[in-house]
Amino acid sequence: MTELLSYGFMRNALMAGVLVSLACGVIGTLVVLKRMVFISGGIAHTAYGGVGLAFYLGVNPVLGAITFSLLASLLMGYIQRKTRQRPDTLIGVMWAMGMAIGIIFADLTPGYKADLMSYLFGSILAVTQSDLILMLIVDVLVIGVVILFYKEFQATSFDETFARARNLPVDLLYVILITMIGLAVVMLMRVVGLIMIIALLTVPAAIGALFLKHMNKIMWLATGLSLVFTTGGLLLSYTLNLTSGATIILISGLAYLIALLVRRLCPRCSE
Amino acid sequence: MSAAQEMNQPLVEVQNVYAGYNHETVLEDINLAIQPEDFIGLIGPNGGGKTTLLKVILGLLEPRQGSVRVMGKSPRRGRKSIGYVPQFAIFDSDFPISVHDVVRMGRLGPDHLFKPYSEKDDAIVDERLAWVDLLEHKDRALSELSGGQRQRVYIARALAGEPALLLLDEPTISVDIEARAHIYDLLHRINGHGVTILLVSHDLNVISKYVKTIGCLNRTLHYHGEKELTAEMVNASFGCPVDLIAHGVPHRVLEEHEGQP
Repeated sequence: MTELLSYGFMRNALMAGVLVSLACGVIGTLVVLKRMVFISGGIAHTAYGGVGLAFYLGVNPVLGAITFSLLASLLMGYIQRKTRQRPDTLIGVMWAMGMAIGIIFADLTPGYKADLMSYLFGSILAVTQSDLILMLIVDVLVIGVVILFYKEFQATSFDETFARARNLPVDLLYVILITMIGLAVVMLMRVVGLIMIIALLTVPAAIGALFLKHMNKIMWLATGLSLVFTTGGLLLSYTLNLTSGATIILISGLAYLIALLVRRLCPRCSE
Repeated sequence: MSAAQEMNQPLVEVQNVYAGYNHETVLEDINLAIQPEDFIGLIGPNGGGKTTLLKVILGLLEPRQGSVRVMGKSPRRGRKSIGYVPQFAIFDSDFPISVHDVVRMGRLGPDHLFKPYSEKDDAIVDERLAWVDLLEHKDRALSELSGGQRQRVYIARALAGEPALLLLDEPTISVDIEARAHIYDLLHRINGHGVTILLVSHDLNVISKYVKTIGCLNRTLHYHGEKELTAEMVNASFGCPVDLIAHGVPHRVLEEHEGQP
């Protein structure tokens, strides 16, 4: 362990795990309770279009990812709430279109493209100091916003009609939440890659919701679980020489299956 | 007390309202004035527009035609004086939340953004929980409560906003008979405290015992601000007498009312 910590990249990776877990626990809980899992997946995959475009233009891919992710968030949020079309179909189409745009721009970009893969599958070991600073900023934003509007997010997640009848700015709160999801997605992209983001965003909160009956407690447990999954996955992948993102996700998925089994075998095992 | 109430004007005035979704018209030419301290029961078959009417009053659905005034204002401005108890079915009964936190939602509003709940909020929340006999359960998770208890939580939540008017959408659906009586007794007491009530239900039997005035709603509204339910009103709303049986309304109730003026 001490030997591992002597590597700068490993220290950065572990730190990234901590920062990502904070956002995952908090935002993931709202995603799960508000049933926004699919839309989060759509945002993540559409962000790849931004990564490809940024590569083509020769700018920082994170910038492209943030732009696309925020645009996708707003557009999908609008689709989800306002159009008469089946929203899941439209979101599914955007999901694939984003990926396609990313790949086409990658084709058009001359030279070495291995870096593009790291956005698909994550590269927690390649996290830099400036990535960590970006993650810290996202954490502060996300957690700050959720603390500020906690009771309103709780109310709109539980019963939006009632919240609207109480004159709460339901639509604005939705836009704020989906923007936070967009930011969290970009941050998670570095760690597990955008293909696997959904799992890390939802599994910790979903396990929490199986056993706990208060939203804030679920957020805490989800943060803790997410930390266990990222750190555990990172160390395991290092030891066994496996891809870190995929290892993290497999551990999360296994934990979820075990949690479901425990819940089924032991109905009283909840708060 | 607002100027509208002092002049004994209706809390809600619905005039010539037509409303619906997409291409479907659900409400036709609705006229309704809700007088202070009334306890109105509106019955009607499923799909008869009961929920739609409540949504129009709450400003959640724009009518196609006609006007709605709540406390003399537009529904969006006036609705803070309304406590809404939505239909049971819309809730995720597994949602992780405590009873206390649900009732606190009734205190929310634009004034409460960026502010934590105050001691006054919590005092009102506790008082309302006591009204519905659930104060000792305030820290329990909502999902642990029975259907009847949960319904009372939603009533407490609506009352936490200190409303002049309570709107209830099928408050006794999926609740057993004993809990049903408890809820109606509770509403009777709340009405006694000066809170006006509008309740919609397809449950004619129970309603007629507790309400002060009664009406029938099925696309069109038959309401005359009276307690008696005439055969014509029921027939007009539920359709022919064969339908009456199909909707579970026994003839006995109808016959009793037929003899009255």
